[in-house]
Amino acid sequence: MTVTAGWYLALAAVLFVVGASGLLLRRNALVMFMSVELMLNAANLSFVAAGRQLGVLDGQAAVFFVMVVAAAEVVVGLAIIVTVFRRRATASVDDLAGLKG
Amino acid sequence: MEAGEVMVSLLILLPLGGSVLLLALGRRLGEPGAGVLGTLTVSASFVLAAVAGGDFLAGGAHATQIPWFDWLSPLGVRAGLLWDPLSALMALVVTGVGALIHLYSIGYMKGDPRVGRFFAYMNLFVASMLILVLADGFALLFVGWELVGLCSYLLISFWFEKPVAAAAGKKAFVVNRVGDAGFLVALMLVFAAFGSLDYGEVLGRAAGELSTGMATAITLLLLMGATGKSAQFPLYVWLPDAMEGPTPVSALIHAATMVTAGVFMVARTGALFDLAPASAAVVAAVGIGTALYAATIAVAQYDIKRVLAYSTISQLGYMFAGVGAGAYVAGMFHLTTHAFFKALLFLGAGAVIHALAGEQDLRRMGGLWRRLPVTTVTMVVAWLAISGIPPLAGFWSKDEILATLFARGGAWRAIWAIGLLTALLTAFYMSRLIFLAFFGEQRWAEGAHPHEAPKVMTVALGALAVLALAGGVVNTPWRPGLEHFLEPAFEGLDLAHLPSGATQWVLAALSVAAAAVGILLAAGAYLRARRPAEEGPAWELLRRGYGVDEAYARVFAAGGQAAARFTDQTVDQKGVDGLVNGLGVLVRTVGERLRPLQTGFVRQYGLGIVLGAVALLAWFLSRGGF
Amino acid sequence: MVELVLFIIFGLAALFGAVTTVWARNPVYSALGLMLTLFSVAVFYVSNGAEFVAAVQVIVYAGAVMTLFLFVIMLVGVDRAEDRRENLPVQRPLALGLLVLFGAGVLVAGRFAWVTGSGGGRSAEGTVEALGSELFRRWVLPFELTALLLIIAAAGTIALGLFRRGEAEAADEGEAGEEEVAP
Repeated sequence: MTVTAGWYLALAAVLFVVGASGLLLRRNALVMFMSVELMLNAANLSFVAAGRQLGVLDGQAAVFFVMVVAAAEVVVGLAIIVTVFRRRATASVDDLAGLKG
Repeated sequence: MEAGEVMVSLLILLPLGGSVLLLALGRRLGEPGAGVLGTLTVSASFVLAAVAGGDFLAGGAHATQIPWFDWLSPLGVRAGLLWDPLSALMALVVTGVGALIHLYSIGYMKGDPRVGRFFAYMNLFVASMLILVLADGFALLFVGWELVGLCSYLLISFWFEKPVAAAAGKKAFVVNRVGDAGFLVALMLVFAAFGSLDYGEVLGRAAGELSTGMATAITLLLLMGATGKSAQFPLYVWLPDAMEGPTPVSALIHAATMVTAGVFMVARTGALFDLAPASAAVVAAVGIGTALYAATIAVAQYDIKRVLAYSTISQLGYMFAGVGAGAYVAGMFHLTTHAFFKALLFLGAGAVIHALAGEQDLRRMGGLWRRLPVTTVTMVVAWLAISGIPPLAGFWSKDEILATLFARGGAWRAIWAIGLLTALLTAFYMSRLIFLAFFGEQRWAEGAHPHEAPKVMTVALGALAVLALAGGVVNTPWRPGLEHFLEPAFEGLDLAHLPSGATQWVLAALSVAAAAVGILLAAGAYLRARRPAEEGPAWELLRRGYGVDEAYARVFAAGGQAAARFTDQTVDQKGVDGLVNGLGVLVRTVGERLRPLQTGFVRQYGLGIVLGAVALLAWFLSRGGF
Repeated sequence: MVELVLFIIFGLAALFGAVTTVWARNPVYSALGLMLTLFSVAVFYVSNGAEFVAAVQVIVYAGAVMTLFLFVIMLVGVDRAEDRRENLPVQRPLALGLLVLFGAGVLVAGRFAWVTGSGGGRSAEGTVEALGSELFRRWVLPFELTALLLIIAAAGTIALGLFRRGEAEAADEGEAGEEEVAP
């Protein structure tokens, strides 16, 4: 059997769900962040697979941009985590419940 | 516009301009400047009216219609003036008597801080009354109608610092409004039936186009308006209270002119009343009923002005009886003579009040003939005129009405009989007033120095006395001058006629006899040393006007206040406020209930996002595509 | 054939890495797991004809981003054992349930042609020239915008580092502050 794009998409879906569960179920800010990266990569994978399926380079261009944005996001996010850690000496997001209404 | 049209237009514009000037410059003009200006404008109008009306005397002049401007174009309503003998007569009466009263006011209102305002309102009134009588259609008539009501309110509560005066002004306005509601519905019906509000259109086509039922409805509603304005039963209650205004106001508005607007209106729309004999009968019945009713109340009043107020209501009743019976000329004749002697009576009463420094109670007057000779003479003339003693003016006009009533026969004779009884009562209460005020022993308060009124006032008194004496000549059976004068105005109407020959003399003798009886009865009672006590339940009932005022207060005023209370407490506070506040409470409650969703935990927010994502995905899948 | 083998091996590796990322107690293990997943995904890129992107993935993602992550992990402290108890009552069941639903939904969607499109085989060349000409022709505006985004991100991070506690401190002061917190 040949590996079709659908296989990659399925794999990407699973990776996405795993990443999402890490986001929802872990308290450590860094691990949550890494889960987000995982989700982004899953999305990238599905982009490339779809681009191959359709025979265009749009998927790869999209992946390019996603990576750039992810890099920028990581930079800023980590800076925030570091700043918060300096103030509160905690890496658990549950302690950051100041927006409780 | 030709000269005649300009003159007639000026009739209104002169006092109107005077009013505006006086409002703006009144304080600067001061006394007597303001009064002089006010008197001049009205006098000028009188002269113009005389000149313009002179054409009709010669006979053969036609009624002129003077268009002014398009008013409500979509409805085809135009504003303009109608100069015919009827409006000319009214204009002459209004401006003539009005000018004399303005002159008198210069003396009477001396020292009042708001003199300029007073004359401004008086001029405005004359202008408004002229608009009313000169209108060429119902639209402008109604404008004048409302304006005189406004002026009446302004002038009754002229001394508004007194709560009773302010209340009296309000009462007059509100009661008039009730009548005006009916009047307005009548106008709507007229417009619905004819598509126009012009007299020419409506009155000309009425005979051919209007059904009896519609005519009856319209005329009854017009009567409702007339009842309010002319103080007939049941909308008369404002007139006695209106005596709170200065006496010249009572003389001009509530005796000579404004209250006669109802009579004028019935005469003007005679064509409509001709088509509705039932309404005409109602008019006459209401009129004569009110005449008797008011006369009985006048017998028991102590305030000199209140006696005259009820007397006015009573005499107006006579006029309505006249026009209701189809005796338009007789009704207008009595309107004219009544203007003379009633204005004279009021102005004379004003002179008495002025002499006694504000005293109005008959029980504290008496024996004034020594100190106020001119006033006494003129008042005696007026007294004899209103009592119907020949050859003074009142006799001719009142007798003509009574004779016409008798001549119509049948049920009208009953109305005649009531009229005769009322004539007796009229003579009685007027004699009572004269005897108590001018003759007998002196009962006035210590320290009062009754003195004759200044020349300005006595000149007016004198002029009116002459008119009351000799005014009857305009329409005697031998020379019915007024009848000829007014003939073109009442062309084509079903006019009542005087009885012929001997009947006329018998009737005349009867009315004179009734008057004489009344005078003698009063003389017997009030010229003696011991006056009658006038106590007892019957007298109380009459003095309180049969308790009608209290009844109105209980039913209508209390009802109105209850309705207002209900609207305030239930509808507004509970209902509207409740709704608006309730919305606020609702929003706040919803917010409070939704608050726990904001836990502050990012992971739970993330859960919400995933929930949304799942929902979206499910929806797209169920639709099978984007 | 080759692709199938690659898919199975590196698919499993990716899954293993992903689970490690999510489950590991020690954040460093999570980072390492993520690295494994990133490399596997890079392999998949190559097998799908996106060579350039694969190279970028390795250099930027695995090389720079993960390094940054490890930096911060060290900064924040690795020896802290995280409390495994779940505070929020419904979080676990609800999260798992929803995610299962989501995954199922996506997988089902994959069967529809409107998701996956038709056709197959590798036709697009993922070479540098091809991708470059795409980027600089069709996508030049987003390209420039993302460049701007990077600059803003860098400036923002520096700002975050400089202005602590709302006070504007001098640059040298900020550096001293960073040094004293270094592990």
